[in-house]
Amino acid sequence: MSRNAILDAVRAALGRSEKEPAPDPPPVRLRIPDVSLESRIASMTTSVEALAGRVLRAPTPQHAGRLVRERIANQNAVASNSPYLDECGIRGLPNVHSGITKPDELQKLCAAADVGITGVDYALADTGTLVVLSSPYEARMISLLPPAHLAVMACSRLLTGLDELFTLLPDPAVASSSMVFITGPSRTADIEQILVRGVHGPGEIVVILVG
Amino acid sequence: MAGAFEQKIHETLADTRLQQAVYTATGRLKDSRLAVIAPHVLPDYQELRAHAHLLKRHTVDHLDHYLEKFQRNVESRGGQVVFCNDGAEVSDFVLALAKKRGARLIVKSKSMTTEEVDLNEHLEHHGLESVETDLGEYILQLAHERPYHIVAPALHKTRYDVAEILTRRLNAPHETKIEKQTAIARAVLRQKFLAADIGISGANFLVADSGAVVLVENEGNARLATTLPKIHIVVAGIEKVIPRAQDLAVFLKLLARSATGQLLSVYTSFLSGPRRAGEIDGPDEFYVLLLDNGRTKLLPDSAKRQSLYCIRCGACLNACPVYRKIGGHSFPWVYSGPIGAILTPQFMGVSREPSLPFASSLCGACAEVCPVKIDIPSVLVALRADVHQNEARQKRNRVEKLAFRLFRWLMQHPRAYEWAGRLAASLANSADGGWMRRVPVPLNVGPVRAWLSQRDLPPPPSRSFRQLWRQR
Repeated sequence: MSRNAILDAVRAALGRSEKEPAPDPPPVRLRIPDVSLESRIASMTTSVEALAGRVLRAPTPQHAGRLVRERIANQNAVASNSPYLDECGIRGLPNVHSGITKPDELQKLCAAADVGITGVDYALADTGTLVVLSSPYEARMISLLPPAHLAVMACSRLLTGLDELFTLLPDPAVASSSMVFITGPSRTADIEQILVRGVHGPGEIVVILVG
Repeated sequence: MAGAFEQKIHETLADTRLQQAVYTATGRLKDSRLAVIAPHVLPDYQELRAHAHLLKRHTVDHLDHYLEKFQRNVESRGGQVVFCNDGAEVSDFVLALAKKRGARLIVKSKSMTTEEVDLNEHLEHHGLESVETDLGEYILQLAHERPYHIVAPALHKTRYDVAEILTRRLNAPHETKIEKQTAIARAVLRQKFLAADIGISGANFLVADSGAVVLVENEGNARLATTLPKIHIVVAGIEKVIPRAQDLAVFLKLLARSATGQLLSVYTSFLSGPRRAGEIDGPDEFYVLLLDNGRTKLLPDSAKRQSLYCIRCGACLNACPVYRKIGGHSFPWVYSGPIGAILTPQFMGVSREPSLPFASSLCGACAEVCPVKIDIPSVLVALRADVHQNEARQKRNRVEKLAFRLFRWLMQHPRAYEWAGRLAASLANSADGGWMRRVPVPLNVGPVRAWLSQRDLPPPPSRSFRQLWRQR
């Protein structure tokens, strides 16, 4: 079997024997800066806007619901099953499909939808990144297939950056089979280095910060 | 082989449009990188590089340990790990699985590792459709070409080339607006994604403690390829493993910055096994193929082992004065630029393209920009020594040896040296640059001609120092 042949070759080359333990790896390097909520909000806004995304502020969940309704107008939307979207009254809005649990059904809806609406687990202020873990509440496709992505989140979920995220979630695999970071709209510069947005994923991102 | 390398270089140097394209694109990538590693943007950049180097060194030095750990953890999350010696074992696995599941259509996200083993060609040869979905890679697949640059694969193609390719291969309307070309590709590929049976991706990192695969991209094609099809197959080199998820806080800060000058790529996916109970979407089957394909040959020499630390950011290509002139397709294998110059001879053997480690001025720009601090110039020097040893073994450098013996004799015999100087002065009668290339034929044949063609000296003065001294 190739497995043993490869591992034997590796051990022989490194002068190691089978089952020989390894010393501890270099220490984890995580530095969390002390940044106030207001600065994090400002930094998130600047970062997302620098990537051609938009950030909207909503003082209350109800207000966030109204912002979403205005954005989708009479377009077709799919919303995730996130309890937070319920709190904002988004899942019951007209033209919004939600509550789907079957992948094939969700794929059909998302492929035809104009807008995908999700909650987020965290956001990283210094890079303008949304962090979404797959769960019964959040599917992977909703932030991916429709041409526009609306993400609705409470300000309290705004972290400083990667170091804080990996402090809170030392091993994301424990919680979910999939964690994605979304940093701005889908883009490419593969032809003549000219930036084009919305290649395969959404070309439009709107982050609604609540509170 | 040596002929092909030289010929490609000459073709590239003669192509003004290509020269311009490569120079502009690499220049832009270079500047973007500098903007995001600047001290006021990332004050601990140098510390991060040093730490990334330590992490890579530790993992590669104990690679067997981390590979076994990775396998255990992937399996505990319901995935499967398959070790593959070479490309044939990779395509055999994919073909057998496709047959068992009745799969026909494969969507692929960008992976240099699958380029190494020509996976698409093998799969298509056996009747499967395997579609590249990264925009640049898709264009190259339609054009039957290999990537020009690690992160900007279609860097050498203009919008007019792309219009031609899309019209010829997809019967699409002739369209030279880049936005519209992108929309054409998006529409075709979206249908492929929705219908695909298998998604194949590479991996930027394999996380041993989590049993997870990390994918970094900008377009969303890797997310689609790993979300929609029922089967996800990862093809990754064995050196991609890192100890812990928390180490990503170091690597992710360096990778996108070094590659494209972004703070983070648009999408980073951290995938550990198939869809779990309760999760709505994601693949039902998850396989990681760990490929050797020559990597274990790089391990025994502890000085050259660092070649395996590479995270494929492409920064060394953009910084390299040689790459920026001779371009990506001059290089004999899928990896180009400084990193290609050290990987290719080690993967394929130094005799595959013996002049490759010499095609460098050893200026050190590559080492300076490398986010994991691979000392590329010192590996190049070590490889030069290997090339010489190899040629000595095959007694292929007899002419060179003879030439140096003659040179030593000349330096020890003043009269002969003076006579040789006069001969050189008489040959350089044109008294301008390039006289060495015009040395007449009896002295300018075979390997001597090749040697002279690459060198230049100011013409010797009509009267030598010795003559002036005697007439004083």
